[in-house]
Amino acid sequence: MSTRRLTVRDLRVGFRTEGGFVEVVHDVSLTLDAGETLAVVGESGSGKSVASLALMRLLPAPPRARITGRAILHHGGEEHDLISLSEARVRRLRGARIAMIFQEPLTSLNPVHRVGAQIVEAIRAHRGVSRGDARRRALELLDLVGIPEPQKRLAAFPHELSGGMRQRVMIAMALALEPDVLIADEPTTALDVTVQAQILELLRALQERTGMAMLFVTHNFGVVAETADRAMVMYSGRVVEEGTVEQVLTRPLMPYTHGLMRSVPRLDHAGRSSEPLGTIEGFVPDPAHLPAGCVFHPRCPHHVPGRCDAGLPELEAAAEGHRLRCKRWREIAEVPA
Amino acid sequence: MTDAFVIATLRPRWWRARALRRFLRHRLAVTGLVLITALTLACIVGPGLLPYDELYIDLRGRFAPPLTGDHYLGTDPLGRDIAARLLMAGRISLLVGFAAMVLSTAIGAVIGIVAGYRGGWIGTGLMRFTDAFLCFPQIFLLLALAAFIKPSAIMITVIIAATSWMEIARIVNAEIRSLRERDFVLAARMSGASHMWIMFRELLPNAAGPIIVAATLTVARAILIEAYISFLGYGIQPPLPSWGNMLNNAQQYLDSAPWLAIVPGIAITLAVTSFNFIGDGLRDALDARSDLK
Repeated sequence: MSTRRLTVRDLRVGFRTEGGFVEVVHDVSLTLDAGETLAVVGESGSGKSVASLALMRLLPAPPRARITGRAILHHGGEEHDLISLSEARVRRLRGARIAMIFQEPLTSLNPVHRVGAQIVEAIRAHRGVSRGDARRRALELLDLVGIPEPQKRLAAFPHELSGGMRQRVMIAMALALEPDVLIADEPTTALDVTVQAQILELLRALQERTGMAMLFVTHNFGVVAETADRAMVMYSGRVVEEGTVEQVLTRPLMPYTHGLMRSVPRLDHAGRSSEPLGTIEGFVPDPAHLPAGCVFHPRCPHHVPGRCDAGLPELEAAAEGHRLRCKRWREIAEVPA
Repeated sequence: MTDAFVIATLRPRWWRARALRRFLRHRLAVTGLVLITALTLACIVGPGLLPYDELYIDLRGRFAPPLTGDHYLGTDPLGRDIAARLLMAGRISLLVGFAAMVLSTAIGAVIGIVAGYRGGWIGTGLMRFTDAFLCFPQIFLLLALAAFIKPSAIMITVIIAATSWMEIARIVNAEIRSLRERDFVLAARMSGASHMWIMFRELLPNAAGPIIVAATLTVARAILIEAYISFLGYGIQPPLPSWGNMLNNAQQYLDSAPWLAIVPGIAITLAVTSFNFIGDGLRDALDARSDLK
C-alpha cells in the first residue's frame, strides 16, 4: 500500500577508543514508509544520534568507526545500501535523497556566507541548474518554510537571523532537493517552546505536502506525541521497545519506557503531592562495560536476580507491531507498578 | 511571528564595518596604509614624470648631492638619477614583496588547510614537513638556493616564497583544526558537499582574518629579504635597480656620498615598517577578542 523508503537491518556502530573497540549501537532494525514519522526516543548516550549519523555516513572513516548491517534506501525501484556504498556515491544521495537537520541551528550555518548562497550551493551541489534558477528555488523554499520577506533574507548572514529562523533555513536547505527521507536530530531542542511548536507544525505540513518519511530523533515525549506515528525507545544502544505512539506512550510495557513516561511532568498531575515526579535511579551504563543480561536491570525496579542478569532478553512481540525487550513484561503488566 | 525578529537595521555586514572602524582608529596602521599607498603610486607613475631615465648615464654629473638641478635626490657613481632609480627599484621591490606574499600565502594556506582538515598521518606528515622547513635558518637556505639559481626577479620571488610559507601553514592549520569540528561542516557534508568544497569554500573564508594579518607581515618580510639578498649580490642584478643593490653600490662611498645609502635605506625602512603597522592594525581590528572598541 504505502511505499517503503528506508529499511535498516541489524545496524551496529562501534568506535575505536583507547580502551579498545566499543560498540555503541547494537542490532538496530527499523523500517520507514513514505509519509510516515518514526520517533527514536532515548536518554543522552543511548546511541540515537550516533545511529542517525551512521545512516548518513557522517561518522569518521574506519578504523576509527565501524558500521555494519544494512541500511537500504528505496528510491523508485532502486535500492541503495547506505552502509556499503562508496563515499562518492553516498555523497550523491546525501542531501538529495536522504537529508538531515541538526539540533543546533546556531552553528549549522556557515557564518561567513549569506543564507541565500548556502541554499543555492546546496541545490547546485546536486543539480546542474543555473545560479538564477537555484536562487529562484531558494526563494520558493524560504517562502515554503514560512520566512517572512524571503527576498530580503536571502541576502542575510546567519548571525542576523533568530534561532527559529535559522532552523527554518536549515529545514529549507534539507528540503531543497525533496529528499525521500529526512532525519531530524532533535531539531527543536535548542529553540524555545513557542518556536518549537511552529517548527513541528511546519515539518508536519511539509511532510504532508511532499510525502517524505521522517526519522525523528528526540528525548522529548511531548514532541513524540505531537509528530510521530510510531516510536522506538532506545537504551544503551539497543531498541528496548517499539510500537505505535499509542502503544508506547499510553501502554508502555518495558519498565524503562514506563520510567521515562513517569519522569515527564504532567499538567493534570500538577500539585498532587501523592504522585511525585518519577525518576530513574542511576545512569546510562558505560558502553565499554555493559551489564550482563538485560542492560537496564541494574536500574530496573522489577529486576529479579538470576533471571534479568543472565542472558540478553529477545525483542518479543506483545501485540501487533508492539515489540519489547524484557523477560518479565507479562508478570509486570499484571501488577501495575 | 515570534521568530521574525531580525536585526535588519544593522546590515550590511556590521562586523566588516566594525573591523574597518577599529582599523581606522589605529593611528600607526592608518599612517602605514597612507605611506604605502603613496609609495606605490609614486613607483607606478613617478618614473614617467621624472626628467631622467633610470639607466641614463651621465659621467660628467656623477655624485651630485640631492637637489642638484633637477636631480632631486642626486646622482650615483655613474651619474644616473637616484630618484628615477629609487622609484624603478621600488617597482621591483614592492612587486617581489607582493608576489612572494601571494605565493607563500597560497602554498601555506593549501598545506595548512589540507593538514588541518585531513588530520591523521597526512596532517602529521605535512606539519612535520613544515617544521623541518622551519628548522633551517631562512637566510642560509635562501642564500644557498640563490647561489645555484640564476637570479631574476621571478626566481627571487619563488625562492623567497619557498622559504616563508611555513608560518602561514601553521596558522591556517591551527584555525582549520578548530573550525572543522563545527556543525556547519557536518551540515555541508549532509547536503552532499565534497571535501574540496568544504576545505576551500566553507573553511577557508572563516580563517580569512589571521591569514590576512600574516600575509601583510609576510610582505614586509619579503621586501626586507629581497633587499638583503640583493645587497649581498645574489638578488636583482645591476643594471636593474633594486633597493638592496642600490645599498650595495653605496657601500664604498659612504663617507663621500652618504645619500647613496640613506635614500634607499629610508625607502626600505618606510615600506617595511608601514607593512608591519598595517599588519598590527589588522590584527587588532580583525580579532574579535581584543578589547578595542
